Amino acid sequence: MSWFTNFLTSSIGRKLLMSLTGLFLIIFLLVHLIGNLQLLIDDGGEKFNLYGKFMTTNPLIKTVSYGLYFFILLHTVQGIILMINNRKARNSRYAVYAAKAISPSPTASRYMGPLGVVILIFILIHMWQFWFQMKTGALDLVTYSGNEAVKDLYTPVAYAFSQWWYVVFYVISMVVIAFHLSHGFQSAFQSLGINHRKYSPWIKNIGIVYSILIPAGFALIPIYFFLFK
Amino acid sequence: MQLTLKIWRQAPGNGQGKFENYNVVANEHMSFLEMLDVLNQDLIESGKDPVAFEHDCREGICGTCSMVINGRPHGPLQGTTVCQLHMRFFKDGDTITIEPWRAASFPIVKDLVVDRSSFDRIIQVGGYISVNTGQAPDGNAIPVERGEASKSMDAAACIGCGACVAACPNASAMLFVSAKVSHLALLPQGEVEDDKRVTAMVNQMDKEGFGNCSNVGACEAECPKEISIANIARLNRQYLRASLSGE
Repeated sequence: MSWFTNFLTSSIGRKLLMSLTGLFLIIFLLVHLIGNLQLLIDDGGEKFNLYGKFMTTNPLIKTVSYGLYFFILLHTVQGIILMINNRKARNSRYAVYAAKAISPSPTASRYMGPLGVVILIFILIHMWQFWFQMKTGALDLVTYSGNEAVKDLYTPVAYAFSQWWYVVFYVISMVVIAFHLSHGFQSAFQSLGINHRKYSPWIKNIGIVYSILIPAGFALIPIYFFLFK
Repeated sequence: MQLTLKIWRQAPGNGQGKFENYNVVANEHMSFLEMLDVLNQDLIESGKDPVAFEHDCREGICGTCSMVINGRPHGPLQGTTVCQLHMRFFKDGDTITIEPWRAASFPIVKDLVVDRSSFDRIIQVGGYISVNTGQAPDGNAIPVERGEASKSMDAAACIGCGACVAACPNASAMLFVSAKVSHLALLPQGEVEDDKRVTAMVNQMDKEGFGNCSNVGACEAECPKEISIANIARLNRQYLRASLSGE
């Protein structure tokens, strides 16, 4: 094996990939949220649809989006490999397992794999429902003053957000993402070797604030649509 | 004090074991190991097989004693080994569950005894410094910065007992390896070989089948020597640097 594959398949190399892809996805969430917040503008979806057109046609954004798909896949595959390896390493269970940091109050750190699987299912449904429709589906076209016709993604989004069960599903998924982020954010820095008496408490606290605010921002949109639109 | 012990019994070479219950009369001045000695004396006198458990110095520095007591490696006391745990921390009438370290890389030899030679093999590939024999060098010939010396000393406190592996939900040995790597790499005598050392030790750790660190922190919380996971971050840094820039 070359040094490179040796490095990437080592336990620390795999963790590095989890960390870097995770940090990319963390930044992506912020960008995605800023885009989504345009749904709250009371203009019948004009800003949002024009933004959708921009995001699907701008060459730079398109290039980054291929990176995004790849990183989601890489994060998933690595996560599953790590989960399988870790199960193998602890091949017999304790009758009583009460190690500190795990018990009495288990943190998200213990359940990153299962939380990740739930998020993956959400992403698949989410992409099939909106991303796939945007890319291939026969969405109606709308024209805004002085512009060419753009795909109307706003209408199916508004429709989905008017269904109570979809809102519940979406909000629960955001709670799962919040837990996943609450450990993932700080863990990404530790895996990169960034642990310092001065900065680690900041990283931890910023991570907690981020993991609450971002999913809350996402969850706010369907709740607002369901209640007020 | 009257106690019920629920102890994992497993015959050598047998992949299967089971819990057995024993009653023992102890007093609160006994150490946990002395209480087990009393139980074994009873078992021997009644012609039964005594419970196999490891112990050596009985003063918390050798890292030999190793058992999970009521779900916690080395028992309920913070920063102590089993041998330093005394029966005054238990109550009359308690039922105490005692299990061996559970990890694929620590196969059970018998009852509470596990084979920790995977740790030895990790040390063998790099947990040392190369020095010429001869006269002892002058103590202050190489200046060492005070803070670095303290960090190195904190890492060197690791007694290699394996509680970190036992506590980790992934049975990862990262805290152990990071303590051994940090202890040497922070000193000028060890720094010269640090790229080679960290690469060899991490590769051996992976080969032994330990799990991957997911930054849970149970190792740090259960370590009898309270080794910090800041060492794991240092191990990550060193391994990244050695892999990317090492020859």
